[in-house]
Amino acid sequence: MKCSEFLALLDDLMDDSLTPEVRADFEQHLSGCEHCEVILNTTRKTIEIYRSHEIYDLPAGLRERLHAAIMTRCKKSC
Amino acid sequence: MSTIQSIAGELEPHPDVALVERVREGDVAAYDELVRKYERQVFRIAQHITQNREDAEDVMQDAFLKAYEKLDQFQGNSKFYTWLVRIAVNESLMRLRKRRTGKMVSIDEEIETEEGSVPRDLADWAPDPEQNYNQAELAEILRKTIQGLPQGFRIVFVLRDVEGLSTEETAETLNLSIPAVKSRLLRARLQLRERLSRYFHRKKGPGETRNEK
Repeated sequence: MKCSEFLALLDDLMDDSLTPEVRADFEQHLSGCEHCEVILNTTRKTIEIYRSHEIYDLPAGLRERLHAAIMTRCKKSC
Repeated sequence: MSTIQSIAGELEPHPDVALVERVREGDVAAYDELVRKYERQVFRIAQHITQNREDAEDVMQDAFLKAYEKLDQFQGNSKFYTWLVRIAVNESLMRLRKRRTGKMVSIDEEIETEEGSVPRDLADWAPDPEQNYNQAELAEILRKTIQGLPQGFRIVFVLRDVEGLSTEETAETLNLSIPAVKSRLLRARLQLRERLSRYFHRKKGPGETRNEK
């Protein structure tokens, strides 16, 4: 397996949707390629860090304004 | 859509199904529950696409109101959340078009076509790289980094990796093919990874050389 083939399968690896044969090829490539090991680990970390940190806080009062707007519509149509 | 339906059909009914049913019967408190459940996700998506706080607030409000009004059109053959995300994405793109009057806005914008490039940067990261920054600094780094991605990559990354949609759901939401979603996701992940490496790489000890070209 070449590095470019390894990269093309990253998505399937992270989705755990590789067949056992391809997964074995993947592991074999990984064991001998420091480059791809770093790419895999840091890509995983990239996703984890974006998942676990709230970078846009919900503005204060937005939920209340939305609730009021929904209630207004509801009075018209409910 | 049929794929999603068949997958959903094999599982327990999603808790949203009962909430949607209650809203349809006139129970507005059930809609409040749906809002509370998904308000953060909808706001994040709107903010990631519009990159503007005011627009994101408007989009969130419009998306939930539109979903409320169109609930009768929701067929239940996809998840309520996916249906809501699609509304939020469309509202966000419409908002962008209004801002950039006369200029077409699409998720194909700024997409390069080069494929299969292997990153050259080999710099490994520190074990817990975020520990080197406080929360505010880290949030700023993450915002700045993702804002630098082309729009078409950013939306795919946000829907797939941050908001947890499947490849199929992302493709359906953005009217893209599955290979297009996969290709954009890979490039988004690799570009983000490379950009974050500037902040998170492991400090080299004396005598070690950086293995970068």
